[in-house]
Amino acid sequence: MQGVVELESPAEAAPEKLRRPAARPRRFHKGKAPYVFLLPYVLLTSVFFVYPFLRAVALAFYQTNGPRSQVFVGFENFVFLFHDSRFHSALGNTVTYTLCSIFLQLPLALGLAMLLNSGTSKLELRLKGFFRLILFSPNLVGPIFVGVMFSVLLTPRYGLLNRTLQALVGWGLEQSWVDDPKLVMPALVLVSLWLYVGFNMVYFLAALQSVDKELEQAARIDGANAWQVFWNVTLPSIRHVVIFVVILSTVGSFNLFELPLALLSSSNGFGPDDSGVTLITYLNEVAYRSGDLGLGSAVGWVVAISIMVFSFVQFRVARVAENE
Amino acid sequence: MNGLQITLLVLFGIFPLLYLRSPKQPRLAWSYLRGLVLTLVSIAVLSPFVWLVAAAFKDSSVMNEYTFFPPLEKWSTETLNLKNFRRLFAGEMSVKGMVYYWQYLLNSTMYTTVSTVLQLFFSSLSGYALSKYDFRGKRALMAFMIGSTMIPGVLLLAPVYKMFVDFALIDSVPGLLLTGAVSAYGIFLFRQAILSVPNEIIDAGRIDGCSEFGIYLRLVMPLVKPMSAAFCMFVFLAQWNAFFAPNIFLQSQNNLTAPIVIRTYISIYQSEYGVFLAGTLLAIIPPAILFFALQKEFVSGLSSGAVKG
Repeated sequence: MQGVVELESPAEAAPEKLRRPAARPRRFHKGKAPYVFLLPYVLLTSVFFVYPFLRAVALAFYQTNGPRSQVFVGFENFVFLFHDSRFHSALGNTVTYTLCSIFLQLPLALGLAMLLNSGTSKLELRLKGFFRLILFSPNLVGPIFVGVMFSVLLTPRYGLLNRTLQALVGWGLEQSWVDDPKLVMPALVLVSLWLYVGFNMVYFLAALQSVDKELEQAARIDGANAWQVFWNVTLPSIRHVVIFVVILSTVGSFNLFELPLALLSSSNGFGPDDSGVTLITYLNEVAYRSGDLGLGSAVGWVVAISIMVFSFVQFRVARVAENE
Repeated sequence: MNGLQITLLVLFGIFPLLYLRSPKQPRLAWSYLRGLVLTLVSIAVLSPFVWLVAAAFKDSSVMNEYTFFPPLEKWSTETLNLKNFRRLFAGEMSVKGMVYYWQYLLNSTMYTTVSTVLQLFFSSLSGYALSKYDFRGKRALMAFMIGSTMIPGVLLLAPVYKMFVDFALIDSVPGLLLTGAVSAYGIFLFRQAILSVPNEIIDAGRIDGCSEFGIYLRLVMPLVKPMSAAFCMFVFLAQWNAFFAPNIFLQSQNNLTAPIVIRTYISIYQSEYGVFLAGTLLAIIPPAILFFALQKEFVSGLSSGAVKG
């Protein structure tokens, strides 16, 4: 943002014609235009975001019973959450899921992208778009549909996954994924893998295509092995996209809701022994089913703060890595 | 050992053979391994779709008997038929008379199209303002936008719901459309994309007497077409499959969207998976067509938004 120093100078108030026509191309144009362009966003956001957000912030300190009765309770909602074992499960599950997204799903997506990108023969180049299309295709199905589909694909004895596992490794035919507390989170991670790996892969692939191939080759000639080339050349070149995708995944993971709701629909999205409850499922339950909007808002606070903490840590890690 | 295990073993066994045949020139071997892994992953990704197609046409009596389609000699109207689709399109009685599935599809299409157009227009316009102008409060506004993406939308539903009740906007489609008309995320994507539009073009437009809005519409927008296509694809996917907000805000039977109606076939009381899956299959078709049509633009748009991210 260079060249904006004279922004508030009186010359700007002069009529358009008096200005010297573009002797020096101006980067910025003043006047009402940007305000007018941003007006729809500001108006709609004030009504549908700022106002409800302020309401929700305040509500966290009230106990409510439906929208009409409100009692000020101070920090009691937060104290309740602190002691509620169901909330602990929700927080634990959500963090587990987020970590799985970042440390399992994203490396897999990156691996697939590199696999696709490293093909050099004519045939491989031609097939690249084809594979990309296939891997992205699960995103055409909404999370609600995916959840219900997989609740059928994971049924004991008949489910496609159960049968495939049985044939491959001789285990899993009778496993009831959505009824066994130990298997609920693995099932959820598995389904999200199917759904989102291709999505993140498309991002990584786009980034990898802009990596300088000569730099990689030079490193290889200098005797670096494949891992060293990846770690010292490829990864630093795509770091912006990596950070972007990591943060996008974090926000998405903390907002996980529709997928478990549909996958675990026999238990209202909670899973046996709360083994699949997420923060947003919990929020939905207390706020919209039990009618305590105050407690729900308190959960919303926790979600927002968690996302900020995670994003902050990720930024710091990225910065430290960059300075190394 | 069964057939599947042996097949996999043989397929992977070919790799070391290829490698040992010419260890100095392992390109063919690696190509083979890459192709094999990608093919297997693709099969894993696609098999639920094949299963879905089969399940939508299978009669409920043989749903569990065959994993995919029944063997060819068993193909008959008793194993494969259109019952699920007939049931879906049969129509339901409601207070406002018979409502047919076509109505829900029409609602979904209208709802998705309008919100895609609204979001495209508002996001690109705001993104343009943020990338090519400098003005008071710009930094604060951008910080606000980044913060706003971290707030879970579910949290805001209750106050918005109350507001809708107060203004009698419940069950009104325009009301629902307005709640999702702007997104900070979309504005950021467009800001990133428009930053790479050369300033000279904008200055030239100004000298030629183009209005500020004209510059946006005639000069900037054509240059960020890939971004627009990618963004439309995103919004379309999200809105077409939207469940939570429409489920809360829409009430009359003849206003409902397809996903909400399809979901009613699965409940704690009774589950008609066949009908649900038939509905799912139909629901995939519009985004699939759009995605095939916009694939190139989608990919290059994604990269223009993210690479500089």
